[in-house]
Amino acid sequence: MFYREAGDFKTSYIADSQTFPIKFDRYRYYVVLAVAFGIIPFIINDYWANALLLPFLIYAIAAIGLNILVGYCGQVSLGTGGFMAVGAYACYKLMTAFPDVSMFIHVILAGGITAFVGVLFGLPSLRIKGFYLAVATLAAQFFLVWLFNRVPWFYNYSASGQINAPERDVFGIIITGPNAPAWATYLFCLIFLTVCAILARNLTRGTTGRTWMAIRDMDIAAEIIGVNPLKAKLTAFAVSSFFVGIAGALFFAVYLGAVEVGEVFGIQKSFLVLFMVIIGGLGSIFGSFAGAAFLVLLPVVLKVVGVDVLGWPTDIVAHLNLVIVGALIIMFLILEPHGLAQLWRVAKEKLRLWPFPH
Amino acid sequence: MLDNSEGYVTEDGRKIGGVVMEMKNITLRFGGVVAIKDISFDIREGEIRAIIGPNGAGKSSMLNVISGFYVPQEGEVWFHGSKRPPMRPFEVAQQGIARTFQNIALFEGMSVLDNVMTGRLSFMKTNILQQAWWKGKAEAEETENREAVERIIDFLEIQHIRKTPVSRLPYGLKKRVELARALAAEPKLLLLDEPMAGMNVEEKEDMSRFILDVNDEFGTTIALIEHDMGVVMDLSDRVVVMDYGKKIGDGTPDEVRNNQEVIDAYLGVSHD
Repeated sequence: MFYREAGDFKTSYIADSQTFPIKFDRYRYYVVLAVAFGIIPFIINDYWANALLLPFLIYAIAAIGLNILVGYCGQVSLGTGGFMAVGAYACYKLMTAFPDVSMFIHVILAGGITAFVGVLFGLPSLRIKGFYLAVATLAAQFFLVWLFNRVPWFYNYSASGQINAPERDVFGIIITGPNAPAWATYLFCLIFLTVCAILARNLTRGTTGRTWMAIRDMDIAAEIIGVNPLKAKLTAFAVSSFFVGIAGALFFAVYLGAVEVGEVFGIQKSFLVLFMVIIGGLGSIFGSFAGAAFLVLLPVVLKVVGVDVLGWPTDIVAHLNLVIVGALIIMFLILEPHGLAQLWRVAKEKLRLWPFPH
Repeated sequence: MLDNSEGYVTEDGRKIGGVVMEMKNITLRFGGVVAIKDISFDIREGEIRAIIGPNGAGKSSMLNVISGFYVPQEGEVWFHGSKRPPMRPFEVAQQGIARTFQNIALFEGMSVLDNVMTGRLSFMKTNILQQAWWKGKAEAEETENREAVERIIDFLEIQHIRKTPVSRLPYGLKKRVELARALAAEPKLLLLDEPMAGMNVEEKEDMSRFILDVNDEFGTTIALIEHDMGVVMDLSDRVVVMDYGKKIGDGTPDEVRNNQEVIDAYLGVSHD
């Protein structure tokens, strides 16, 4: 009823392989873009930006990055927090060393540096798989956090050991620091998310994405039909780390403003992003959005319902959040390994036939 | 009947060209087990070459040597007139050798179309930045290769399942998709590891027809392993027979059928 494919014919291979082949989907995508760019910036306030929108946008970038590695290429990584820290510290060093350069360039360069570090830590993936690779990336997580804690050069020898984002602007509009307006920070992150999502989608529907998925589904067969496993795995690590690095840079510079590495980019962050990918859906760009939205919204909704409406103590609600996330992870792993994205797909298939299912 | 001249003509009038691939004194060991023992044979352009033998004879190992998955301890592999240095399987694939597997090795999480498109990998020249941008070169390349893939999908009659995830397909169709993926590479040499294993008579007939059509229409050289003797004898131009890692026969189906050693290997004979 809501959803019709009939009459929506494709007459070229280009039209057939586009991102949203169904007209209805395509229009919905344009509407979402129009609302995100055209309406939200005018009605946004500090609370909405800091509690919901900024974390959602930034985590969505990180989740897309991790999804490329885990969901598309099948290489499990627990080092997301560490790679986000690389992005944050790279961005910090660039911001302080070149104060006049645009923030866009700093963030992109921070992503590039993270990509390089990601490739270095991705090298073991050529030898080890699955569980063992996860442990190797865990080592990357702890090593990177240790490095940023112990080498004063990274935090410019500040007494507190923290890094603080100085005030920087893009085309005269302040993006970082306490004086940045909510709409500017929101738009800045939104632009990065939109571009990252489009790039990720293009990569995953094309040749590179197919080599990643081939490696994920059956690496030996992939190699025998001509996939170079070295190239496939390292490009996955590079692209994934690039996005994760951008997310880390934005998380530090635009969202938090000040970072103590062990607290912000610890192992919990790695797990949080991994949970987003699992709950959202492995191997799906939409799933990365869904997972990020879900895990950002959940604590806020629980707090509003639990503390403000029902009047429960804050600590109980905070613990309830952990319980629910843990239960959901187990449920999704058992019942629907492809996450929210798969539930969405199933719902769409049902809607196609509704209300005449036969 | 066969000499070393440049090719021959089959009974049904197909012209067979010169030697494409030559295996010279191949020996393959796994620790103390000798899987292949000093075997030599050649594959000529345009022919259907079968490798047969009882279970454990070393047929699949032989195919794995050709596709670069195993590196033999002794012997040389000659492809298109030059000796092949030791190389990784993906490099062998890039040279134009494609294969299917005994236990289907499709990418289960991908659609049929994506699986077959993966076979076109050696035709994909755009770099990762062009692909990320998509518009322009990557899109043109995708469209171009999609056309080639669609021809193969038409040829193997799997149009109706092109967008279906492979994991939902029945066995017989999966085998056909795997053949499509191998064909998409436009191979110079196509290796088929038991293409008819586990099929019923009808599916076997379909598959035989496809193999003959592939050979006929694209002129693809095919080397296949098969257990169904009737199929092998009907399809192939020349047959290599292996037993316990050794070559015990080589020749046309008729020659092989009347070879005493081959009869002994298949029917069993008391070794005294």
